[in-house]
Amino acid sequence: MAAIELRGAVKRFGPITAVDGLDLEVPAGICLGLLGPNGAGKSTTMRLLTGQAIADAGELHVLGHELPGDAKAARAEMGVVPQLDNLDVDVTVEDNLAVFARLYRVPDVGAAVDRALDLARLRERRRDAVDELSGGMRRRLLLARGLVHDPKLILLDEPTVGLDPQIRTQLWSLIDDLRSRGKTILMSTHYIEEAERLADEVAVMNKGRVIARATPAELIAAHAGSHTAEVYGPPERLTEVKAIAEEQGLPVRPAGPAIAIVGSERAADGAVPGDAVIRAASLEDVFVLLTGVEAE
Amino acid sequence: MVNTEATTRLRRLEPAAIGGIMSREVANFRTYWKGTTFSSILEPIVYLLAFGLGLSATLVDEVDGIPYIEFVGTGMVATAVIFSSALPAMFGTFVKHRFQNTYDAILAAPVDVEELVSAEMLWIGIRSGTYGCVPLLVTIGFGLDPAWGMLLVPLFCFVTALGFAGFGIAMAATVAKIDQFNYVTALFVTPLFLVAGTFFPIEGLPQGFQVAAQLNPLHQLVELVRGGAFGFEAIDLARFAFLVGFALLTWRIAVRRMHARLID
Repeated sequence: MAAIELRGAVKRFGPITAVDGLDLEVPAGICLGLLGPNGAGKSTTMRLLTGQAIADAGELHVLGHELPGDAKAARAEMGVVPQLDNLDVDVTVEDNLAVFARLYRVPDVGAAVDRALDLARLRERRRDAVDELSGGMRRRLLLARGLVHDPKLILLDEPTVGLDPQIRTQLWSLIDDLRSRGKTILMSTHYIEEAERLADEVAVMNKGRVIARATPAELIAAHAGSHTAEVYGPPERLTEVKAIAEEQGLPVRPAGPAIAIVGSERAADGAVPGDAVIRAASLEDVFVLLTGVEAE
Repeated sequence: MVNTEATTRLRRLEPAAIGGIMSREVANFRTYWKGTTFSSILEPIVYLLAFGLGLSATLVDEVDGIPYIEFVGTGMVATAVIFSSALPAMFGTFVKHRFQNTYDAILAAPVDVEELVSAEMLWIGIRSGTYGCVPLLVTIGFGLDPAWGMLLVPLFCFVTALGFAGFGIAMAATVAKIDQFNYVTALFVTPLFLVAGTFFPIEGLPQGFQVAAQLNPLHQLVELVRGGAFGFEAIDLARFAFLVGFALLTWRIAVRRMHARLID
């Protein structure tokens, strides 16, 4: 039984269709990265899975529970780590965890809190108020709160958004640890490196649908080839190079101040300038080609 | 596969969910209880000094045979209840939803909106029911004779506070911006507070206002508190039933409005 099954899920907000016939299956035991630009429908998908949004059409099953009718039972078995920090800032670290241990009906609240504190590496700060913690500590606490009941399925909604690289790396090691313990994880993100680093498979989402899905290596091989040539120069030159490459059927994408000729190993003579920087094709190339949005 | 409808029906209003949410309120209350308690004691003292002693020394000696300070002191229970229930429910709910995203966190757990609203109402009811009794205790300090009927005052305050908590939560789920609460306080809270019989008997008002006052839950609470202090009448059962009905009505409205607000 898959941990998550969505078939033809649709969710509209007035004239906007945030999720547009989404098919998504997450087998048990993997980490699936839901990669997409802002506005792709990732957070709405997360809310559909917790029953905090009701689909306008489609079938949704989470851990064998049909949504939205059995959403409460599904939530009892899943943990959610939200994008926004919604901790109780005046309350202590351990009280924040204890409240959610009770909400999740954990039999031994004290033991669950202790485990969560160890996971978040906050045991020494257990009696401190949340507003005394650093940003990284708060994000670790947010993660621990979603795991206080040792759930089978974990939803991570942009787990490291807004964090500096050092804290992001700390969170990644925590998430890696969860993967190694065989948890099923659905992680939404718009950070390419995060998806590459943590996900067993990546589903690229755009405009409310999954448009490609495979392991990172398979996505790169299927959509970007083996090499990418980055060309720098004034706009006029880049326009000329782009036109030549596209005449040969090579996809060209913006890359900050440069352009990137994807699949440059297939280029005929003259398509790739001699001063181009040749590098291995990346998931970022795939993301930009498929969504048209430059990645962060 | 479990029968989902039966599962949902069996697990409605689970004590564990309600207790968990209330434990969150208790944890937060531990950080601000001193200020709340201080103002709950000081304000009735100030009111009684100003209105009770001040007016009774110059303008009003007695109302219906009751010394004015005791008339005001027993009436102020209603004041304490509405200001410790409706306003925290309105502003607290709005802030938790819009700015702190607290309800998103709670509803990601196995808790539904009905349990959430019920827990919030119960917490406000208990707190307000407790603090609502302080004016009565202060008035005893100013000379009111204790009576056995006063032991029911916490219950009266609790039920009334439940009703106003539901009202406040429903309003919080309705307004688009926080400053729109000004309409609610001007149109509802202030008139209810003033036309409850706290500072003057409603019998002196025009007939229309007297009829409207009978529909004011605060007026019913004032009469019940005075019944507890000076002797109950048979009609007090109807007053209590009215307050219970008010609480049930606002509870259902609050659940419906919050569901529309919190679930997309």
